[in-house]
Amino acid sequence: MNTLNEFRCLFPAVSANEALARAALSAFLIPADPTAQELADLRTVISEAVTNAIVHGYRNCSGDVAVCLRMLPERVLYIRVSDKGCGIPDIEQAMTPLYTSAPEEDRAGLGFAIMQEFTDSLHVRSSPGNGTVLTMRRKLGRIHAEDD
Amino acid sequence: MKLHYDTSSQELLVRLDGELDHHRSAMLRTEIDAALYAHMPRILVLDFQAVTFMDSSGIGLIMGRYKILQPMGGEIRIQNASAYISRVLKLAGMERLAQICEGVNA
Repeated sequence: MNTLNEFRCLFPAVSANEALARAALSAFLIPADPTAQELADLRTVISEAVTNAIVHGYRNCSGDVAVCLRMLPERVLYIRVSDKGCGIPDIEQAMTPLYTSAPEEDRAGLGFAIMQEFTDSLHVRSSPGNGTVLTMRRKLGRIHAEDD
Repeated sequence: MKLHYDTSSQELLVRLDGELDHHRSAMLRTEIDAALYAHMPRILVLDFQAVTFMDSSGIGLIMGRYKILQPMGGEIRIQNASAYISRVLKLAGMERLAQICEGVNA
């Protein structure tokens, strides 16, 4: 895979860092000049992924969330969010819209539905006790003409 | 965030602002719920004019307030959502739980 640019970061799984992950993504995307909608979609996607790691992955323990962003050829953005938390026992159930394992915290159970809607592909690798790795890809539209 | 309760219309107006993520929603819900239980409003108006970001945590915030209001016979009205916020609201099917008003601005 020919990676044109890459950014990696690791931060503790605390909710204040959800904004940090969005800011990192926005900064990484500056050279690609995404549309306002692409940027809004992708900020939502990374926020959902990082929130899942914090709320679900580390619900009973503490640890770090790792984010890797890559710009691939043909304006494809690759996002990987991983944690070493409790893992997902049933991935299919976790991805069912409105299902949540934390209803007492007002979780809507829509994180995966939003990530799927706002990306071109989403893969989940997880097993109980071994953490979770989410990888997503989204192709950005054509770069805006600079001379109009 | 600013809250205002109008006694004549029994409306609790909540002007949300900034980024509605999991971190922020957790703090806001305590404040909103205190006002809900204090006033038992007929309508909870959530104004999104100053909201710059929202993910499914914001949806969870709306759903949670709906669960509190419904047994009291209360309703939720959402107003002044940007195109981006409206897209997330629509994706979540929020029109089934709340009245979504477009172009209110008041």
